[in-house]
Order: sequence, then C-alpha cells, then structure tokens
Amino acid sequence: MISIKGLTKSFDSLEVLKGIDLEVGKGKVVVVIGPSGSGKTTFLRCVNILETPTDGKISIGEQEIDFSRKVSSRQISSFRRLTGMVFQSYNLFPHMTAIENVMEGPVTVKKEAKQKAAEKAEYFLSKVGLADKMKHYPFQLSGGQQQRVGIARALAMEPQVMLFDEPTSALDPELVGEVLKVMKDLATEGMTMMVVTHEMRFAEEAADEVIFMADGLIIERGKPEEIFSQPKAERTRQFLRLIQ
Amino acid sequence: MYLNSIFADPDRTARLIDIAQSSLEPLLKGAIFYTIPLTLITFVCGIILAVLTALARISHIKLLQMIARIYVSAIRGTPLLVQLFILFYGLPTVGITLDPWPSAIIGFSLNIGAYASEIIRASILSIPKGQWEAGYSIGMSYRQALTRIVLPQATRVSIPPLSNTFISLVKDTSLASLILVTEMFRRAQEIATTNYEFLLLYTEAALIYWVICFLLSLVQGRLEMRFDRYVSR
Repeated sequence: MISIKGLTKSFDSLEVLKGIDLEVGKGKVVVVIGPSGSGKTTFLRCVNILETPTDGKISIGEQEIDFSRKVSSRQISSFRRLTGMVFQSYNLFPHMTAIENVMEGPVTVKKEAKQKAAEKAEYFLSKVGLADKMKHYPFQLSGGQQQRVGIARALAMEPQVMLFDEPTSALDPELVGEVLKVMKDLATEGMTMMVVTHEMRFAEEAADEVIFMADGLIIERGKPEEIFSQPKAERTRQFLRLIQ
Repeated sequence: MYLNSIFADPDRTARLIDIAQSSLEPLLKGAIFYTIPLTLITFVCGIILAVLTALARISHIKLLQMIARIYVSAIRGTPLLVQLFILFYGLPTVGITLDPWPSAIIGFSLNIGAYASEIIRASILSIPKGQWEAGYSIGMSYRQALTRIVLPQATRVSIPPLSNTFISLVKDTSLASLILVTEMFRRAQEIATTNYEFLLLYTEAALIYWVICFLLSLVQGRLEMRFDRYVSR
C-alpha cells in the first residue's frame, strides 16, 4: 500500500531524516514511537508532503513521487489527496462549524455538490460520535471533540491512508480515550494508518507493527509484543525504560 | 468676544443661522456626491491594491517582494499632499494631464494601498501556520487555502486597524480640495470667501465629518460583532 524508499530530509545543514525505508500493507496499522527530536513527526509530515523530502521515493497505491527530481505543486496536491492528516493541535478551521469543517474539502477541493457533501459530513461526524455537535464552532467543543472533528474532516476526503501526528498529545488525560476509541474503530474497519504517538497502550492494542525511531533512522521494528517485551536494540530499551 | 458679539446682536444671530441653514445643503451635497463616493471608491481600489501588495510581500518571489517594498516605502515616506500635487500639477509637465477627480482617485488609492497592505500582511501572518497546513492536508491549492481558510480569518483580525485607515481616509479627502475637487471642504471654503464667516463654515464642515466618522464607527462595531461569532470571549 505504502512504500517508502531512501527518504531523507534536511533543514539547511541539519539532517533530520537519514534514509528511511518502510512498507505498510493495506489495512495495516503502524505506530511510530521514539524520543523527541527523533524525526518521527517530520517523517509523517513528509508522507503528507507538508515537508518536501530532500530525496527518496514514496508510493501509495499506484501513485509514486520521486523527490530526487523536481516535483510540481499539482503533483503534490494530487498525491496529498491519498492521505488524510490528523494534527496534534487539531487545526480545525475556527470560522466554520463542525459540519462546515468536514464539508470543506469535498466542496472546495473535490467540487462535490453541497447537499451530497453535507450528507457525507453528517455520516462521518456521526461515526466519530458527534452527531449532536454539527452546528457547533470549534471553540464550543472540547479538545477531544475537536480532534474527532479533525478525524472526520480527514475521512471525508476518503483517503487511502490516515496519518496521525500525536493526535492525543494536546488533550487532557480524561479526553484521550474518546479519540483513541475512534482510532481503534477505524483500525478495526481496515483503514491503513500511520500513527505517531506516545500512547503505548494504543500501540499494544491496535498496532500491527511498531517502529522505533531515533536520530532520523528506524532503529527497530516489529510486532508490538516483541518491541515492548523483548526490544533488541539498546537504544529502544533505554527509551522504553524512560517512558515506563 | 465672538460669542458675545453673536448673542448681543439679534440681527447677527439671525444672519448666522441663515448662513448655517443655507450652506448646509451645498455642504451635504459635497459630502454625498464627492467626499463619500471618493472615500468608498478609493477604499475599495486601495484594498484590492493592498491585498495584492501584501501577497507580493509574503510571496517567495524576490522581485515581487522588492517591488512591493519599494512601493510601500515610497508612499509611506512622502506626504499625501505632495503625492497629490505631483499627480495633478506635476505630471502635466511630462504630458500627462489628469482631471482633478481621477487624480484624487489614483492618489488616495495608492496611499490606502500602501498603508493597508501592511495591515493585511500582518493579519495574514497572524494566522497560525497550522491553518495553511490543514488546508493543504485536505488537498487545497495555495489559492484555495488563501481564499477559503486564511483570508476569512485575517479579515476578522484586520477590521479594527482597517477601520482606522478608513476613517482617516474620510478626513484626508479634504486634501482633494487643494487639487480642485469640489468636495465638501472646498465648498465650505468657497462659501466662506463670499460671506467671511470662516469659523461658522469650517465648524459646520468639521461637524459633518464627525457625524460621518461616528456612523462609520458604529458600522465597525457591527462588523466586529459579526466576525466575533466564532471566537470565545
């Protein structure tokens, strides 16, 4: 489904990603963990091309982008539509109600009829448990509710892959569960997902594969039970000790 | 002294009231047919120019940035009156003769364009980068993210400072009297030179400006309320 080869990213002289290779099968859930500064968020943002990789190839389904050549903005836009992104700070559009947030992509980008987009938005908002909050503006919603609108907004574009960048890190502890539940439901339904998170419980329960990143490289990867109970690399052991 | 002379002399009082009444119509006509249209037209043209200038300033194209910078610097660095004089009295020397009305529209629009561009640029920059990214993440182009996501929010931020600019513009249009536009203040001058009641006529003009600006500040309040519906207070 997703195939990433030799992905690198430098900011000026600072090399943040030093060559990442990864395959994610259709319907698989990959959780990326690692210390801050390991490049995991940059990695995820590269898959959505919010950061343009310096070099490497990414393919999703049939489409491939090769960053060793010049990439046009049209290419980037069409590639981005394959992925849905959920941000740490939600980034909902504050001047639009929940339903307008979810309709915005289908109406503006896909040029769908408003009526049809509204029906679809209602469906996705109900799916994330917000059927009764559709007319609310983001400031009238809790963090957990806002993040669920963010998930619905990404789903409404019907992406082939969902990317989550620390989706629960900005939330109060009691609101984390409701967002993780929506994510687990998505995983169960067979959505292909890449999740950067510190929620190890989520990784244990929902991930097909856990990737440990440090210093811009993938240090170790494996099934969650392998990574969490018998990590091979010293760097992984160190990290897991620190967070437990 | 002046007040004394008015109230001591009933004939003079009657004369002043008469002048005040008879001059009200030409002054209001000056306001309605010149001051207000000049303000509205130049504000609209100026804002369009300002948005383009602000976008040029934040673009990644060096040449555009530089043109915008020089334009803003030149307009902000020279007096409005001097700009108007160059347009109206100066340009004929090189064969470009403009009537008072087009000179005024060009001069004021260029002026508003420069000042408002800084407000609009700051308002656009005040919108968090995450808003652009959220737009891009659902497949939007630069233009879509700008017009659907960023500008609507930047508009809200820019209403108070732009209202300031607008209100200043109402008053600055009085400078057009010096390039022969028969707007309200020029009419006041013309009437005053026939009856020598300078204090009365200029005060009358001042009051009309004040009323216009007061009404505008009410509109500003309404606009702010409308745009604040999506922020918590």
